[in-house]
Amino acid sequence: MPHASLISVHSQDDRLTVAGRGAWTSEYADELEQAVDNTAHTYAHPKGVEIDLSAVERMDTFGALLFERLKRSWKGTGVEPQVKGLAPRYKVLIEEMGRMGQEQPPPARRHEAILERFGHETVNVAADAAALLNFVGASVAAMGRVLLRPRSFRFTAMVNQLDRVGLRAVPIIILITFLIGCILAQQGIFNFRRFGADIYVVDMVGVLVLRELGVLIVAIMIAGRSGSAYTAELGSMRMREEVDALRVMGFDPVEVLVVPRLLALIIALPLLTFIGSMSSLLGAGLVSWGYGGITPDVFLDRLKGAIDMDQFNVGMIKAPFMAATIGIVACLEGLRVGGSAESLGAHTTASVVKAIFLVIVMDGVFAMFFAAIDM
Amino acid sequence: MDARTSTTAEATNHREAIISVHDIVVGFGDRVILNHLDLDVYRGEILGFVGTSGGGKSVLTRTILGLVPKQSGTVEVFGQNLDDLSERERSALERRWGVLFQQGALFSSLTVKQNIQFPLRENLHLSQRLLDEIAYTKIEMVGLKYDVAEKLPSELSGGMIKRAALARSLALDPEILFLDEPTSGLDPIGAGEFDELIRTLQQTLGLTVFMVTHDLDSLHTVCDRIAALADGKVIAQGTIEDMMAQQHPWLRAYFHGTRARAVQSGRR
Repeated sequence: MPHASLISVHSQDDRLTVAGRGAWTSEYADELEQAVDNTAHTYAHPKGVEIDLSAVERMDTFGALLFERLKRSWKGTGVEPQVKGLAPRYKVLIEEMGRMGQEQPPPARRHEAILERFGHETVNVAADAAALLNFVGASVAAMGRVLLRPRSFRFTAMVNQLDRVGLRAVPIIILITFLIGCILAQQGIFNFRRFGADIYVVDMVGVLVLRELGVLIVAIMIAGRSGSAYTAELGSMRMREEVDALRVMGFDPVEVLVVPRLLALIIALPLLTFIGSMSSLLGAGLVSWGYGGITPDVFLDRLKGAIDMDQFNVGMIKAPFMAATIGIVACLEGLRVGGSAESLGAHTTASVVKAIFLVIVMDGVFAMFFAAIDM
Repeated sequence: MDARTSTTAEATNHREAIISVHDIVVGFGDRVILNHLDLDVYRGEILGFVGTSGGGKSVLTRTILGLVPKQSGTVEVFGQNLDDLSERERSALERRWGVLFQQGALFSSLTVKQNIQFPLRENLHLSQRLLDEIAYTKIEMVGLKYDVAEKLPSELSGGMIKRAALARSLALDPEILFLDEPTSGLDPIGAGEFDELIRTLQQTLGLTVFMVTHDLDSLHTVCDRIAALADGKVIAQGTIEDMMAQQHPWLRAYFHGTRARAVQSGRR
């Protein structure tokens, strides 16, 4: 018998003597469970049972629970086991176990099936859109109130946010846009050279960076960097009831928390877009010089001819709208965080994904718009 | 495996120190929090630990648990110096204590049942049936209903969170239980029940309890011994009567203040 060390059974005329031995504790719980189940299964219908626990050195809840299981399996067949040799210090524990397990366990938490989740998600898309519109309204209304009572505007909070999302983002924005400029120029020169059209790389980079890429790269960077921070900040404030605290003190959370953040982004993003575009052009210029042999004065001359104020304006006009989108999505997701760490994570992810998606959709809409007005 | 046999002689030496803190110094930067502190906790007792706010009660608890680095001194638990242990010995030792954090610290993405089963799954190889039985037993032991098992911590009230967290800290049948302000945030009835529960569990499971608390009721009803911390040292230890007789100004203010008098007059 493999588990003789913990339980040994002596059977005589259908009367069982079950002797426990050793440590009936958590470390041996798996062996003990098998021994208990084996014993109960092998000797299912005894006439009488005596359980001797005098050789059990130690016992904890695990041992006591399994002992109770053994006892109940025989009680179920109408035999009341006699227990002897139980150390006095374990008496309370055994009695406690005897009282347990009267309730029915609740049904397990259900996980949604794929189709069910698909349905829920589809319904959620509509609810999300409504919530977003609702929040745009609340933000605009809060800004309106601030305009009516300029003294209530939290200028310090906005400057603080401006520092965090604007100034401190400058180094990474410069680095990334610089690299993008370099890559664009290198690819342009490499491919255009086959047609002897290397010089057109300046036109391509100028238009592409100023109209589209500068603002898009910066907006995506900021959605990842500051949008996620907004969501996490507001989300953890909601988890710790700070948002409720504001509300019961008579403040509008949108006015106190959202408006300064939103305005900070709307101011910062065009500035960052400008810095990013310049840095991109610098990168393109340097690569054109080093890799393509286009000297800086030729590059600048060509650039002047290729672009006009319209190209620059197209990029800059888009920036504040993208900023507002990122800010609104991020703050909304933050204020929808529930009680758990998992929910905070889910909403932060949703914030970044939705913000980037909407920024790109918006860029497409703007492209159609500018094409329609010949800009 | 000495871990399995070392506890058999428990009844023979009644005043065996299960936690022994000697000459501990802990500080952050220039600030010294614990200044050459000594403290013994004896097997089978409930020790109440009191002290000024920000005086280092939690720091001492966290130092014993190894969450805060100490500058000098030794911590012995079960007679083993924590600094001398290998990683494996250390994790074997950590299975023998349970901790109830002040806010419960339940994992917010797991249900109560999964929270309780978490340490079991990591440390033992048990069948699903036994895991469930153990979880429900612990839930019942801490006085909760079975239907909380499938709930997430965010769906529970403050008192239920404390009880569920206690169930998790008891999951592996520890020998020492650390409680950080177990009754804070509970109503007086709930706090009284919680004290009662700790007393019952301590007797049922033979626990040693180290309890950081501010609750004068707990100190009077459940603590066998009290240690008081001030100026980075243990300034007094003994039974509640010993503490009442102390002349230290802070202890007099603590045990003879208006709230203390209210507790006592309620007792007579």
